[in-house]
Amino acid sequence: MTLALAVAALTAVGIWLVLRGGAVRLIVGFVLLGHAANLMLIAAGGTDRREAALTGQVEPALAADPLPQAFVLTAIVITFGLTVYLLWLAPRAEEAAGPGDWPPEGSP
Amino acid sequence: MSGVDWSTLVPLPVVLALAGAGVAVVVTGRIRLQRVVSVVTLSLVLAVSLALLVGADRSGPLTVAVGGWPAQMGIVLVVDRLAALMLVVSATVTLGVLLYAIGQGAASTDEEQADEDAPLPIFHPTMLVLSAGVSNTFITGDLFNLYVGFEILLASSFVLLTLGGSAPRIRAGISYVVVSLLASVIFLSAIALVYAATGTVNMAQLAERLDALPDGTRLVLQVMLLVGFAVKAAVFPVFGWLPDSYPTAPAPVTAVFAGLLTKVGVYSILRTQTLLFPGGQLAELLLWAALATMIVGILGAVAQDDIKRMLSFTLVSHIGYMIFGAAVGTVAGISSAVFYVAHHITVQTTLFLVIGLIERYGGSTSLTRLGGLAKVAPVLAVLFFLPAMNLAGIPPFSGFLGKVGLIQAGAQQATWLTYLLIAGSVLTSLLTLYAISRVWSRAFWQAPPPEAGEPGRVPRGMTLPAAGLVAVGLSLTFLAGPLFGITDRAARDMLARDPYIDAVLPAGAP
Repeated sequence: MTLALAVAALTAVGIWLVLRGGAVRLIVGFVLLGHAANLMLIAAGGTDRREAALTGQVEPALAADPLPQAFVLTAIVITFGLTVYLLWLAPRAEEAAGPGDWPPEGSP
Repeated sequence: MSGVDWSTLVPLPVVLALAGAGVAVVVTGRIRLQRVVSVVTLSLVLAVSLALLVGADRSGPLTVAVGGWPAQMGIVLVVDRLAALMLVVSATVTLGVLLYAIGQGAASTDEEQADEDAPLPIFHPTMLVLSAGVSNTFITGDLFNLYVGFEILLASSFVLLTLGGSAPRIRAGISYVVVSLLASVIFLSAIALVYAATGTVNMAQLAERLDALPDGTRLVLQVMLLVGFAVKAAVFPVFGWLPDSYPTAPAPVTAVFAGLLTKVGVYSILRTQTLLFPGGQLAELLLWAALATMIVGILGAVAQDDIKRMLSFTLVSHIGYMIFGAAVGTVAGISSAVFYVAHHITVQTTLFLVIGLIERYGGSTSLTRLGGLAKVAPVLAVLFFLPAMNLAGIPPFSGFLGKVGLIQAGAQQATWLTYLLIAGSVLTSLLTLYAISRVWSRAFWQAPPPEAGEPGRVPRGMTLPAAGLVAVGLSLTFLAGPLFGITDRAARDMLARDPYIDAVLPAGAP
């Protein structure tokens, strides 16, 4: 339940920020949306089993599902890389568009 | 599997391209060496893809379990006929575009205003990474790996689209980036839901487990995946980003984007709708979307005065044909859709390259500033005329054959909606012809407008690759028989699902 609420809050704020416009809001918005998706992946693995997933040391019934963790790690790295790119792009886009003109002219 | 073990080749299209990209980065300072590296790499990728097509056509889907992990735990790579065909076509056009770009770069003393930073050093590695990403989406048998493939190609496409960082490109880039990232978030969330519902992201296992889910849950997953892919494929109503972002990029970049990136979305739709969600729950919705994509796209195209924008709209419009085939969902429908994808990748890429030549020669792509090209540049006229007629679907070109296949598939289903779609596709074809002939008569036949500048010089290094791709496009017409043979077999396998599932999970593993 906590996870579901967290995902809802992150998605809501993320979408609001992205739609609100402005370079910084856009970037933060996407970071939040990325977190929302990552939390969903974690939730997909189930949160009741939390022990380390080490065969022979931990009871398999108690071990956490390692696959979503691998997904999330991958997704975090990708989001990080794209955030860096956005940090380059968004301020330039804002500059190109001029103040008060966001989203830039010509975008849908 | 007798004789040669084809499956060892499966990871190579991705591995070679990534390795080539690495080497190309290392030799950044030495342009000639870098060119050799990227051409050799892509030629190897093409050769491997051809071998894979032969192998997959002979012995069924080829699989590799990455790292030796069993299919249920690790990532599997699967090359069936569909994937192999897509690999061959994409490697061909990427190689053509790369040669064209080299020709452009070799001749460029950089009159092109936007490329004044001359970002040539990063162009080659980025193209190779893009190629790796595209190949990865084709060969993967794992939903999460598909997402990774998408991100690889998206990240490199972001870089290519904003090459040089001039204001128009940044403006175009930001809307493309925002839309793509939103689509990725939707796709990633869909993967989370799929995993939560089934406990796997292996597509063959998913095919089995999704069947057991309640209809409502299945529908949610199907719709979310479809939305994610539809944005990439530029299907109505989520196509608005495409005509805004593509035309600003340099010609080779637009060409490779137009040819490949949307088709990756189409491929994903074809794959998931047949393998994961058979039964056509959403067929009707897809048919409507296909109709709207065709009509809205082509109406947009007719209204354009700039050739690049016009072509971007026809690109959107013709995506509708492929979705039409996918939505019909019979062997004939899927087969024609796959054929159409192969045809359209080649033709659309070629056209954008030729437009690049026109831009170089006439100094503009706006119809109001071009004229009289047929007289002064007859070769250019032929190079434009052939693929343009092919795109419009004039017999006997492959575009015509693909459309006839789709229309037949629609007529076999014989519902009022498919007849409506047939009417829509004929209308779209006619309007495409109209849009193309407008370009033809204004840019090639009419007397040049007074403000038209002196014709520029078109280097042979650019003309030859474009001509080569025109020839490839024409060869699809002559090879249509065997090609339809392959796509028929591919479609039958896709609809039967068993060949794919058995190849990934042999001996009915749990």
